[in-house]
Amino acid sequence: MIYEHILACIIVCTALLGCALGALGSFVILRNNSFLGDMISHAALPGIAATFFITHSVNPALLMLGGICSGIISVFGLHIITHYTRIKKETAIGIILSVFFGIGLVIISHIQKHSIAQQAVLNKFLFGCIATLLLTDTILIFLVSVGILTIVWLLHKEFTLSTFDPSFAHTIGFSNQTIEIINMMLLVVAMIIGLHAVGVILVSTLLIAPAAAARQWAMRMPLMMLYAMFIGSACCISGTVLSCYVRHIPTGPTITILLCCVVVYSLLYAPHRGIWFANSCKRTFGDQECNL
Amino acid sequence: MIYLIQLQIIIIALLVTIACVIPGNFLVLRGVALMSDAISHAILPGIVIMFLCVGTLNSPLLIIGASLAGLLTVITTEALMQTQCIKKDTALGLVYPFFFSIGVLLISACARNVHLDTDMVLLGELAFAPFNRLICFGYDIGPVALWTMIIIIISNASCAWLFYKELIISTFDPILAHMQHIRPSYLYYGLMMLTAITTVAAFDAVGSIVVVALMICPPAIAYVLCNSIHQMIWLSLSIGCYATLIGYIGAWYADVSIAGSIATAQGLVLFIVILLAPQQGIIARMRINQKLRTQHALDCIVLYLQEQPFKKVNIAYLSHQLRWSKNHALTIIAHGVTQGKLMSDNDTLYLPN
Repeated sequence: MIYEHILACIIVCTALLGCALGALGSFVILRNNSFLGDMISHAALPGIAATFFITHSVNPALLMLGGICSGIISVFGLHIITHYTRIKKETAIGIILSVFFGIGLVIISHIQKHSIAQQAVLNKFLFGCIATLLLTDTILIFLVSVGILTIVWLLHKEFTLSTFDPSFAHTIGFSNQTIEIINMMLLVVAMIIGLHAVGVILVSTLLIAPAAAARQWAMRMPLMMLYAMFIGSACCISGTVLSCYVRHIPTGPTITILLCCVVVYSLLYAPHRGIWFANSCKRTFGDQECNL
Repeated sequence: MIYLIQLQIIIIALLVTIACVIPGNFLVLRGVALMSDAISHAILPGIVIMFLCVGTLNSPLLIIGASLAGLLTVITTEALMQTQCIKKDTALGLVYPFFFSIGVLLISACARNVHLDTDMVLLGELAFAPFNRLICFGYDIGPVALWTMIIIIISNASCAWLFYKELIISTFDPILAHMQHIRPSYLYYGLMMLTAITTVAAFDAVGSIVVVALMICPPAIAYVLCNSIHQMIWLSLSIGCYATLIGYIGAWYADVSIAGSIATAQGLVLFIVILLAPQQGIIARMRINQKLRTQHALDCIVLYLQEQPFKKVNIAYLSHQLRWSKNHALTIIAHGVTQGKLMSDNDTLYLPN
């Protein structure tokens, strides 16, 4: 009985996270920002560690708040480096990722020196605690995911506009900066919540893999988001169930591998853009007709 | 004795810095800096598979397995990009979690009771490096990490020295390189192989995230300061070593993680440099922008005056017409008067001559 209750919690959590991150990931992919999720999830470490050091609290909501603060600082730092110096975006992401993680390591080693009890919670935060998600976590994740999905649903036209044609958006009176700030805030919140639930590696895969697969199937933005949400939550549910029934298989890596398999399948067999389809089109009609 | 150990830690840290910075320069210039991050995660399955074959954690075969896994990451990423359905950053962002997950699955399926976990790969500890001694013919000839890093530096430096021209041409102008029968793709894979080997050898000593910091930060600092690749390499080497020393001293004073402190010091130096660099720094850029803005506004006024019938205008009217505040208009006019482009008496503005 209790086993099924825990399983239901995990399934609901991961499916909701898959939905929220899939929807946000569509914009991340199209803006060529795939490593942004990775950067935010690493950059959360100093915020989480510092919050723990100051308050000695293990309340996940409070730690998440610290993580969100340092995530926002990291995004702001990325903006400053890419806009005011000639350092490229990839390099800037690498710099912020590694330096913030280094700062986090320093704070954690300082905490360990003072040997405060409950410090193990920090490790759990970074690598996720998917097997120990409680009802309170489920409620928190539910509220945040539904909030993010609502905002994305309300603002998806603006996000789409500023992703595909920022100059046109500027011309008709939208502020690209505001749209980008809202988008980044949503991304940071979703990443930190996901980080707490499923860990660093899975959360960045969950951001980009569903969107990368959905891109192959959809030719329009709303469809792409819907497909990404569906793929994200479907992989999460099936991965959780699979890892539950096969022994010695951790949940996070199972979901990651499932997601990657879906991406490879989409690359091969998606209609119009898939490799198999493109090749057969070329064989039948020649090169010129098939440039999609 | 304690000073001897500290000296060894400093020397190993400096050697790791030098080894990482050499390929790092070319990674940063090619815009593939994140490859080091991806490789440092993706080597996990290589290590696990080699461990399952060999059965010990101290075999050099582990390094070979890890390097092969790193190379496989690069090849898979390139293959995904060739499909043109997926962009480069997305491809890389998908490949390394896949490899890492395979590693984790292998560990939990086959090597549950061995001291081999994700913490070991991601968070190395430099303070323990001197205690892992290399015994050669019964003599203790120093820490293992020291000798590995010396070998890596020699191989990196000799490769960079031998293929210096080719690397530069294929970095800045791949088409020219192709025309001169220098195969840019071979050089790219060679560079990635060097990156993989360096990452594998260094993560054991300092942890993978700090390897990323050492590979990216010093070249990025030098990139902001220099305009030639020759200068950039030497400057990044010296700044990298300097920042590593600062990081070590900081860690020693505050008694915290050395690796984390080194990464923080690299970030700190980078922050100071991008703030204060003479030409590319944020403050210098802001100053130049301010100067350009004033100059542009001044040109605006001059053009406006030339359009006027008597080449003169009331200052209040001008600021109203251009929608500037009175103070802003007065500052610009003061600049124009000192440059001799404008003349003013009381509240009228006119062009000289």
